[in-house]
Amino acid sequence: MTEVAELNPVAEGLIAGTPGAPQLIGSRCRRCGTVAFPRQSSCQACMSVDVDEHLLARRGPLWTWTIQCFPPKSPPYSGSAEDFEPYGVGYVELGGEVRVEGLLTEADPARLTIGMEMELTLVPAPGQPELVTFAFRPEAGQ
Amino acid sequence: MSDDVAIIGAGIHPFGRHDGVSGLEMAALAARAALADAGVGWDEIDFAAGGSDAAGNADTSVSVLGLTGVPFINVKNGCATGGSALTTAHAMLASGESNLALVVGFDKHPPGAFNPLPEDWGIGSWYGETGLMLTTQFFAMKIQRYMADHGISTSTLAKVASKAFENGSLNPNAWRRRPLSEAEVLGSKMVNNPLTQYMFCSPGEGAVALVLARGERLRHAPHSPVLLRSVAFRTRRFGSFEVFSPSMPVTSAPSPTTEAAKAAFEQAGVGPEDVDVAQLQDTESGAEVMHLAETGLCEDGEQEQLIQSGATAIGGRLPVNTDGGCLANGEPIGASGLRQVHEVVLQLRGDAGERQVPGNPRVGFTQVYGAPGVSACAVLSR
Repeated sequence: MTEVAELNPVAEGLIAGTPGAPQLIGSRCRRCGTVAFPRQSSCQACMSVDVDEHLLARRGPLWTWTIQCFPPKSPPYSGSAEDFEPYGVGYVELGGEVRVEGLLTEADPARLTIGMEMELTLVPAPGQPELVTFAFRPEAGQ
Repeated sequence: MSDDVAIIGAGIHPFGRHDGVSGLEMAALAARAALADAGVGWDEIDFAAGGSDAAGNADTSVSVLGLTGVPFINVKNGCATGGSALTTAHAMLASGESNLALVVGFDKHPPGAFNPLPEDWGIGSWYGETGLMLTTQFFAMKIQRYMADHGISTSTLAKVASKAFENGSLNPNAWRRRPLSEAEVLGSKMVNNPLTQYMFCSPGEGAVALVLARGERLRHAPHSPVLLRSVAFRTRRFGSFEVFSPSMPVTSAPSPTTEAAKAAFEQAGVGPEDVDVAQLQDTESGAEVMHLAETGLCEDGEQEQLIQSGATAIGGRLPVNTDGGCLANGEPIGASGLRQVHEVVLQLRGDAGERQVPGNPRVGFTQVYGAPGVSACAVLSR
């Protein structure tokens, strides 16, 4: 089975699982249970340094969103301004544990609603087609 | 009166674009204006603090005023630069360590959105490479959620901007001085849904300086002093929704503005209901809407009625951003916080000209907010 790591993610330690079922690598505090992404070395809630790696759920409701309508400055953006297409950005509440910010596969504001169910997927990284990054797509039927 | 700290001088360099004028030169001009307004000499100042985010060290600027040996603390604290300088000067005066202080804030940014680097904010470079490192996205996503939770309309967002440009048209120091209708604001190009171009402020240039005094120094001030009743400064708690957050918890916490405002009102011994004029951080229209509630000036959701009815306009019950705010003045990061205080000083003196709030306002409030979750609030009164 192909692992996500073989697809060259934009950063190490960010995404695990398989291309068909990727998962984000977060962390969970052993003391207070707070979940964070990306993986943290300490807990921002209770200041404990006793945190474990924790794979996040793949699905959840869209908490908020916007459309990025202008090309971000480079650096830091890797994409080019010339062939820029607006893209969606949002926070998805994964497994009721943590809200994660990510790109959305949907860029039509008429097709995005707070509360709609989203699922983690992989997309080519902007301007770096040899790399993949994570994104959220509306679940089938929405 | 001996414990009172007051603002006895206020000076400003017009905001906007000033080719060929450095940020440091603008700061020196504002400082000279504030000193002249207070009727004191630079050599009488016994404490100074100030700075910019991107235009140099403040004490380099004031060295052109003369090298007097004054203890000068350079402040570089992002959007809270002005608020931090004011907090520091207030504390020096209140403690009796100083009698006459100058604070200065200035900046000069290139056009276009800021382009911070993730590494400077403790985030992996992937965050910026993939297009997530934008302050505008954060503001859009915060107001998007807030609108859904509290019934705020896009018309209200447009009215906030329209009011700002109306007020800016009455302010000779403002950058954007052409009034824009609600329809023009809504019809400008979309930046980050639901926020259009004219709902956002632009990075800009400008400088503000204030002279603060206590004790005997208050007796001889040429203007009736405006009391700085309190200044409170807070950073974010875990769970507050802030810019550049790859994740956040599912439970929310009070924002730094909520906590700073509460502390400022408690220290001042007045409540939000006593405020006659307020200057709130309006990086974009949604920020003014949300900050109205975070500061306690209204309840969540009440903004829809307040703004639609004109209550936050200059002639309304609670005038907000009477000088045009960041929307009409632009955002020179180091100067914005002190611009708000400068405006309240003019309003409480009755010197705000065409944009003067009627009815002799007595209590003013300011709130500056910025990345990555810092807020400074102040209460002033006659």
